[in-house]
Amino acid sequence: MKTLQYPFNETILKSLQIGEEVVVNGRLYTGRDRVHKYIAQGGLIHVDIKNSAIFHCGPLVVKNGDKWNVLALGPTTSLRHESYMPIIIEKYKIKLILGKGGMGEITRNACRQYGCVYLQLPGGAAAFLAEKVKKVNGVYFLKEFGTTEAMWDFMVEDLHAIVAIDYRGRSIFKKVQISSHKKLKQLISE
Amino acid sequence: MMKSAHWVRNLGELIRRTSTDLPADVELSIRKALHNEKRGSHAAWILSTILQNIILSRKKNVPLCQDTGTLIFYFSVPVGFDTNALAACTREAVADATQKGFLRQNTIDAITGESFSTNIAPSSPVLCFQQGARKTVDVRLVMKGGGSENVSIQYSLPDENLRAGRDIEGVRKCILDAIWKAQGNGCAPGILGICVGGDRSSGYWHAKEQFLRKLGDKSEVKILAKLEENIMKDARKLGIGPMGIGGQSTLLGVKIGAISRLPASYFVTISYMCWALRRRGVLLGPEGGVQRWLY
Repeated sequence: MKTLQYPFNETILKSLQIGEEVVVNGRLYTGRDRVHKYIAQGGLIHVDIKNSAIFHCGPLVVKNGDKWNVLALGPTTSLRHESYMPIIIEKYKIKLILGKGGMGEITRNACRQYGCVYLQLPGGAAAFLAEKVKKVNGVYFLKEFGTTEAMWDFMVEDLHAIVAIDYRGRSIFKKVQISSHKKLKQLISE
Repeated sequence: MMKSAHWVRNLGELIRRTSTDLPADVELSIRKALHNEKRGSHAAWILSTILQNIILSRKKNVPLCQDTGTLIFYFSVPVGFDTNALAACTREAVADATQKGFLRQNTIDAITGESFSTNIAPSSPVLCFQQGARKTVDVRLVMKGGGSENVSIQYSLPDENLRAGRDIEGVRKCILDAIWKAQGNGCAPGILGICVGGDRSSGYWHAKEQFLRKLGDKSEVKILAKLEENIMKDARKLGIGPMGIGGQSTLLGVKIGAISRLPASYFVTISYMCWALRRRGVLLGPEGGVQRWLY
């Protein structure tokens, strides 16, 4: 099984095939609705996220004294970020996206054009995934967006995922969507 | 006047259990789903991770999903019971549970975008009171995440695109179309709560009430029971699978109810629930003491 670790190795990313299981180690930045909208509209961020990984996620984090404690964390529906994603991929050369449910044509094309891979995680498995976070490096936009929508900088270890959109823009979700639509037509006309 | 500390503590316990411990019937259906998937497949990998998560959240006493969702409380109270005081205790329990990390800060002002740090806000939590015949207070809580709510859908029949008329066959077409449209985005394998009839608001309300039913039961209305069974079979054939990545486990359950409608309207309302159907209940005595846990 291939390991993906920030900074990402281009050759490994290129070699990934849809359906392949991978392990992610190292740094991830979370971002969901408000962070995406803000960045895509030209908002400034005070951290260098170039060539990094974005995780579509709004964790449940509580503060114990000075320490952040990640209680639950899991992917949020990626498709909501569809219109912002290409702008962010292009501007920051994002190499890896983690989320759930897949993304649409615009992101698929951006993955092919700029070289980015989308990984699928199991949705809702938040207690399990929280254990993969080994360290909270920092947090951005906490005051503006709150703990759920802030941009967290996490170190993860042994986070397993499935390649769902590859470097060439091939998508596992597109395949399922097409085959299930054929089946739907049959079932409806029965 | 009720002694609020008792009530707040036990309602808090209801929230903790609902958030951290999936009901046995839902867990069993996920085990069955895993059994039906091919070993080594993506579907099996996702379902087994989900099962590991269910066990871990229970053991570690943490929320099983980070989206602790819309909190919908269903109360059935004795005649003459003070529901204002009960509502105040429930809000206090929600604020406590948020502070303890059993609930995420999950409530946003729709206009300013500001987050309510306690989850107490207009229409949050959702509280529904009705009068019951018993001397005890029956409380049931369903937590419903946003991803699944986003893929819920309402059809008005007849529907030209689907060629769906105002009959059971038309209802069936709507449901299959909704499952296809949702793909994996509502965290499949999901559970459908469906209402035939009603108006636009009562349709969704009645559809969501179906989640109070256990997964193993079937509708008492024969024609609906048959439809529930058929939809389960057809959903497998669609092959959408866990998280939309392919496989047989597209749904864990289908629960259909029906209410009256106007001559001019025929709504089919489909509420999608993620695999994490967080539903718990408790019977509380006159002083707020636990008499029995439900589910």
